[in-house]
Amino acid sequence: MNHLLSIRDLDRGTIERIVAQAERFAEVSDREIKKVPALRGRMVLNLFYEASTRTRSSFELAAKRLSADVVNFAASGSSVEKGESLKDTVLTLSAHKPDAIVLRTPWAGASELVSNWCSAAIVNAGDGKREHPTQALLDVYTLKGRLGELDGASIWIVGDVAHSRVARSDIVAFQRMGAKVTVAGPPTLIPRGIEALGCDVRFTLQELPSADVVYALRMQNERMDDTWVPSIREYAAWYQVNGRRLSPRQVLMHPGPVNRGVELSGEVVDSPQAVITAQVEAGVVVRMAVLYELLAGARAPAPAPSASPSPASPEPQPA
Amino acid sequence: MAAQPLVHGPRKAADLLLRDVHVLDPRARLDARRDVRVRAGEVAELGEPGTLAQEPEEELMEGRGHHLFPAFFDPHVHLRTPGQEHKEDLDTGTRAAAAGGFAAVLAMPNTDPVLDSAPLLRSLRETAARESRISVGFMPGITRGLQGEQLTEMAELRQEGAVGFTDDGKPVTSAGMLRKALQYQRLCGGVIALHEEDPTLSRGGCIHEGAVSAALGIGGIPTISESTMVARDAAIAGYEDARVHFQHLSCAASVEAVAEAKASGVRASTEVSPHHLLLTEEYVRGMDTRMKMNPPLATEADRRALIEGLRTGTIDCVATDHAPHAREEKEVPFEQAPMGTTGLETAFAALYTGLVLPGVIELRLLIERMTAGAALYELPTHTIAVGEPANLTLLDLDAEFVAGERGWESRSENCCFAGRKLRGRVLLTLSGGGVVYRERAFSVVGA
Repeated sequence: MNHLLSIRDLDRGTIERIVAQAERFAEVSDREIKKVPALRGRMVLNLFYEASTRTRSSFELAAKRLSADVVNFAASGSSVEKGESLKDTVLTLSAHKPDAIVLRTPWAGASELVSNWCSAAIVNAGDGKREHPTQALLDVYTLKGRLGELDGASIWIVGDVAHSRVARSDIVAFQRMGAKVTVAGPPTLIPRGIEALGCDVRFTLQELPSADVVYALRMQNERMDDTWVPSIREYAAWYQVNGRRLSPRQVLMHPGPVNRGVELSGEVVDSPQAVITAQVEAGVVVRMAVLYELLAGARAPAPAPSASPSPASPEPQPA
Repeated sequence: MAAQPLVHGPRKAADLLLRDVHVLDPRARLDARRDVRVRAGEVAELGEPGTLAQEPEEELMEGRGHHLFPAFFDPHVHLRTPGQEHKEDLDTGTRAAAAGGFAAVLAMPNTDPVLDSAPLLRSLRETAARESRISVGFMPGITRGLQGEQLTEMAELRQEGAVGFTDDGKPVTSAGMLRKALQYQRLCGGVIALHEEDPTLSRGGCIHEGAVSAALGIGGIPTISESTMVARDAAIAGYEDARVHFQHLSCAASVEAVAEAKASGVRASTEVSPHHLLLTEEYVRGMDTRMKMNPPLATEADRRALIEGLRTGTIDCVATDHAPHAREEKEVPFEQAPMGTTGLETAFAALYTGLVLPGVIELRLLIERMTAGAALYELPTHTIAVGEPANLTLLDLDAEFVAGERGWESRSENCCFAGRKLRGRVLLTLSGGGVVYRERAFSVVGA
């Protein structure tokens, strides 16, 4: 594995290998000194074009626990605001010879582009509304912790599927692991053609009791301006996952941050069925496993400068 | 008196003997090997192969059975002048056209500033008379600044040489505004060409709405955005008995809407691009920005309906919608990239390779549809007949090449067919009686 650009690039075996590695790293997090020297001397660059606290800090912690050096580069307050293109920013930062670039952008496919422009391993930490593969991996990890295997499990993803990169990565990842996926939400927020990904589509929560896992998506307030739904009140009335709709045997997930009282009621967030904080915990160990897979495995340590070819020999053509 | 609608740059009237070429001109019912003499820029003689002798001062070209067609006509190109000369200018754009076998093109007005006034049109035509390799006609805006709020001075623009009018790149959103333009057409004439898109349906989208947009999380444009506007505007045109042309049809529903309109007597014509005839949304999966165009590439069913429309004549002609963009503008994440692909240099070869060679359509139909645009705009149709000005293109239909392998004549390289293996290489183009393109490796015998 050279990059992690899309969850589609990972077969079941690879997902299982990363999850197993994450399980081994989980033990590190319980130590007094939460660090292993696996990536000592390697550099991980966090390049974030979107505000993100949890994903970025999760990657930062993961890299640090593996003893890698971490540089954070946020687009705001940088050359990006002076009009520098994504390509030039990447070429410039590549001059520092990062071993991996963790990239978050509001644009679908940006990580594929960047992977053509530099020699670092690229980790897609969210590209527009398209994908968030490490979220899908940590969701699989979390669910395996709860259910054992995912084979045959019925997983419902509820809410604003249209604008959710988490949903797109999870639909693929859960199915690769043998689960059956149903997406449910208001018809205005279920994209036409989503069933081509292999999932079922429902516009009500009537059949929600059949689910083993209920994965609620964040309902973003700004969606109201575009009248995707008539009101938050009406959305909550039809799609909120609450104590009335959730049965005690079901596992509840959410990618965070939660809007209490909108997509989830307070009581289910606090209930023992909710694995939302376990997902956050999983984030660090799974991202450790991803960085380890990319940097410690197949890749040889960085060669001596004299022996190395031009580090960034950018392809002039777009991908 | 109104100005001639087409402008041509300087060229030397050709004296040329094309020996043993396969002449195919569907309208002239010519499909045979001939010797073709061009004298002083006009087709002077058509003889049985090997019967015409070279005259003094005449260049001889051995055709070796290569195909000679009436040069193509493209009713829809973006030459980016004035204001966006980093993408294309009149010289590079018409050079690209000549290299693609075109002898005339119509340029769209979404320039900077917008072509919406007579002084600007006059200055542009003066520039074209110096720089253009082939015949160029200009289509000023229907509305000022393409803002959809106030008509341009259409009558004055017509006197200054406007071929017709379009807000291309944008729809005329207001039905009332369009109706006024169509009423005003009675005074000034000129085909009104329409980019059909309902912005309330297309907003937020940049690819076809369907399985691919759902999988990529990229906003989709539903086909009803185009087809409902085609139906609406056909009804308005019918009511006003106006002459309209629907630009770059992209989906089955629009083809149906046009067929219905034509059947009920609406004076409508329409065009389709090579990319909509050959590519589908599947090509967008890799998020290659060269595959990003407006209207977007739709489904295989839509593509088939467009081909069928071209075959039956519901779709009158092929138009490239040649839309050059600079490398740095296209070398960005997909959602940020501007819409458009270049097309002049690959149009024939792409369609020949993709549709004619597999037997989907006949060569004669393709030639007919690639030259039909002129008559739709009340311009002379390129014809291979004695006494006609030489608007000819000579092609080697067996020559195979990789699109873009030798670079492009266009200033831009954002071609959706780049890297494809194509057959049908343009060897020579004559426009307005002069040789305007000669393939570099094409050897001239006896010159």
